[in-house]
Amino acid sequence: MNLDQVDLGSLYRVSEINAPKGAPQIKGQLEDIGFLPGEQVSVLRRGLLGKGPYMVRVGASTFALRQSEARMISVESIPHV
Amino acid sequence: MSESKIHFFSSEPVVALLGNPNCGKTALFNLLTGSRQKVANYSGVTVERKEGRLSLDSGKNIRILDLPGAYSLYPRSLDEKVTCNVLLGRAEGEKRPDLVICVLSAMNLRRNLRLVLAAKRLGLPCVVVLNMLDIAQRQGLLINTAALSDELGLPVLTSIGIEASGADGIKSFLSDLDWRNLSAMQTGTGDATLENVASHIAHSESDNIQVQKILQRLGLDKIIPDQLSDRLDSILLHPVMGPIILVALLFCIFQAVFSWATLPMELIKSAIEFLGAQIGGLLPDTWVRSLLIDGILAGLGGVIIFLPQILILFFFILLLEESGYLPRAAYLLDRVMGSVGLSGRSFIPLLSSFACAIPGIMATRSISNSRDRLVTILIAPMMTCSARLPVYALLISAFIPEQKLWAGIDLQGLVLFLLYLSGILGAMGVAWVLKRFTSEQFKMNALMMELPSYHLPRISNLAISLWQRAEIFMRRVGGIILIMTIALWVLSSFPFPPEGATGSPIQYSFAGMLGQALAHIFAPIGFNWQISIALVPGMAAREVVVSSLATVYALSSSSADAADALVPLISAGWTLATALSLLAWFVFAPQCLSTIAAVKRETGGWKIPIIMLSYLFGLAYLAAFITYQVACFFGLG
Repeated sequence: MNLDQVDLGSLYRVSEINAPKGAPQIKGQLEDIGFLPGEQVSVLRRGLLGKGPYMVRVGASTFALRQSEARMISVESIPHV
Repeated sequence: MSESKIHFFSSEPVVALLGNPNCGKTALFNLLTGSRQKVANYSGVTVERKEGRLSLDSGKNIRILDLPGAYSLYPRSLDEKVTCNVLLGRAEGEKRPDLVICVLSAMNLRRNLRLVLAAKRLGLPCVVVLNMLDIAQRQGLLINTAALSDELGLPVLTSIGIEASGADGIKSFLSDLDWRNLSAMQTGTGDATLENVASHIAHSESDNIQVQKILQRLGLDKIIPDQLSDRLDSILLHPVMGPIILVALLFCIFQAVFSWATLPMELIKSAIEFLGAQIGGLLPDTWVRSLLIDGILAGLGGVIIFLPQILILFFFILLLEESGYLPRAAYLLDRVMGSVGLSGRSFIPLLSSFACAIPGIMATRSISNSRDRLVTILIAPMMTCSARLPVYALLISAFIPEQKLWAGIDLQGLVLFLLYLSGILGAMGVAWVLKRFTSEQFKMNALMMELPSYHLPRISNLAISLWQRAEIFMRRVGGIILIMTIALWVLSSFPFPPEGATGSPIQYSFAGMLGQALAHIFAPIGFNWQISIALVPGMAAREVVVSSLATVYALSSSSADAADALVPLISAGWTLATALSLLAWFVFAPQCLSTIAAVKRETGGWKIPIIMLSYLFGLAYLAAFITYQVACFFGLG
C-alpha cells in the first residue's frame, strides 16, 4: 500500500521508498526529511476532492507532499494492540 | 589592511549555529547577539550570511554564525551546500568554525538528532542545545538532558527561544569554556570530508537506528501530537475555508499598507518641506541650491516617504513567516501553482518578491527542481515589489478619488489590490506558457515542504528582521538612488537654455532631448516626455521614477520649489488614460539593474537576464498600449 491510498488519520509505518527511475535523488530527499523505514506516518489532510497536496505527519513533523510523492512511499498498517 | 583582517580572523573564535529548518535557530541567534548582527552574502553565492557578536561575561568576544538550515549534511540545495562548506572549512573567505552549536527542537528529536550524529562526524568541537524546551514540557515531554548527553557523548544545554533569558544557559556555558583548549572537546576522527552518496545512505540508515535506540532508552519514542496546531489547521487549511481566509488575509494586508501608512507619510512629507524651506533660506539662488533642493532633497524625499508602506508590508510578511502560516499558504496554493506547472514551493519566493524581487530571487534556492527554480526567477519580477509601490501610490492618489465603497472598502485600496492581482495573473500566464514548452522529463516537480507548528511571533525577532529590511532599503536610498538622482539632476540641468528661451529649462537639457526622442516610442501608449525622461533613470531602481518625476516637474515648473507636491501637478497635467497606461506599464515594467544583477548571479550567465528583460519590456508595452487605447476609446484620453 502506498501513502496516497491510506485512510485519513490512521497510523502506518514507512516500509520503503520507491523513487522513479528518472529521479532517484527523491529517495534521499524523502529520507532526509524523515521518511525512513519504520517511521510512523499518517495522512492528516488531503486537498479538495481527495487529491493532493497531502498533509502528512511523519515522526513528529508535518510535511506537505504532492500525490506523486506520496505514491513513492510504501507503508504498512500498524496492528492494533 | 589585509594583515589587520587576518588578525581579526584569528583573535575571535567563531561559533556556528547548525540546525534543521524550523528548529528555532534564528530566534536563538537573535537572543545571543541582539542587534549586533551583520547581514551579508557568502562570498560568491547569494546565500544570506548572518553573523553576530556576543560579549561573554568573561570579557571575551566571540563571533556567532547563523548557518542556513539543513536537514542533513549531504547537501541537496545551495543553502545546505554553504552550510557544509563552512563546516568543512572550505567556504571562500570563511574561517572554519571553532565550535559548532547543534540546535535541536525538543519537539522533534527524531529528525534533529540525526543531524547531530552527522555533525559529530565532522570532527569539530560540538555542543547540543535543546531548544523549545518550554513547549516540550507543556506537552508532557520530559527530557533527561544528562542521559541524552551521555548517549550522545556531547554536552547538552537547554534554551527557550521565546524568552528573553532563554539563552542564558548557552551564554554562561560559552563564558566558562576554555577556548584555548577546545580540541579537548573534539569528537570523531577529525578527518572531515563531505559525505558521498553511498556513505550518506549508509549513515542515514545507521543513524536512524541509533536515534531510535537513544529515544527508546530515554523513553521518548512516543509521538505527542501538537493539538493546537492541528486544531488551527482544521480551520486554516480547510479545503473551502482555508483559501477564503488566505485571500481575505492578503486583502487586509494591502488595505493596511495604504491606510496605516498615511500618518507617518504626512510627517515625513512635512519634515522634507520644512528642510527644503530652511536650506532655501540659507543659500543664494545658484546651481548648488538647485542641486540640493530640486535634485537631492526632492529626489530622495520622494522615495523615503514610502518607507512606512514598505515596512508595513514587510512586517506582515515577517509576521506570517514567524507564525508558521506562510508555508501553509504555500500548501493551499500548491494546486493553483501546479496548474501552471509550478509547485507551492514557488509561493514563498514569489511572496518575498512583493517586498523586493531580489530576496525573492534569492529565496528560489530552496526550490530543488532546477526547471521550477528558473521559471520562478523569470516570473518573480512581475510580483509587485515595494519599489513599484511609490509609483502606484503616487498615481493612485493623483487619479483615483478617495471614496468609500461598500463595507468600508476604500476605492484606492481596491485599485492597488487589482494592480497586485494583474501582476500575479500575468506571472501565472507566463508560467503556463512556459509549461507548454517544457518536455515531460522535467515535469517532475517536488513539494516536500515542512509545515512547522504554529507559534506566537516574538516581537523582538520581528523588530530585528524589520530593522534589517529598513536598513537595506535606506542603504539603497543612500547609494544607487542618490547617485541616480544626482545624475538625473545633471542631465536635466545641463546644458543651460539658450538666451531668450521661452520654454522651461529642462526642455533644452540632455534629459529633455532624450525624453523627447523616447516620447516617440512611448506616444502610442500615452506617455508624455516628462514620463519618458523619468523612465530612463527608473531602470536603475523603479522607485527612482517617482523622484525623477519630482525632479523633472520641480525643474520644469516656473516656481522651482521642491516642496511642491507632485500629486496636484500630475493630476492636472495628465489624462486618466495616461495614468492608467503608466500603471499597466509598471505591472510588467522591466526590472531594475540590481534585479538583473541578481538574476545573472543566480543563473550564472547573461542569457536568462536578457530573456527576462526583453519579454518583460514586450509585455509592459503591450499592456500599456491596450490600456491606453481602451481608455481613450471610452473617452478618458
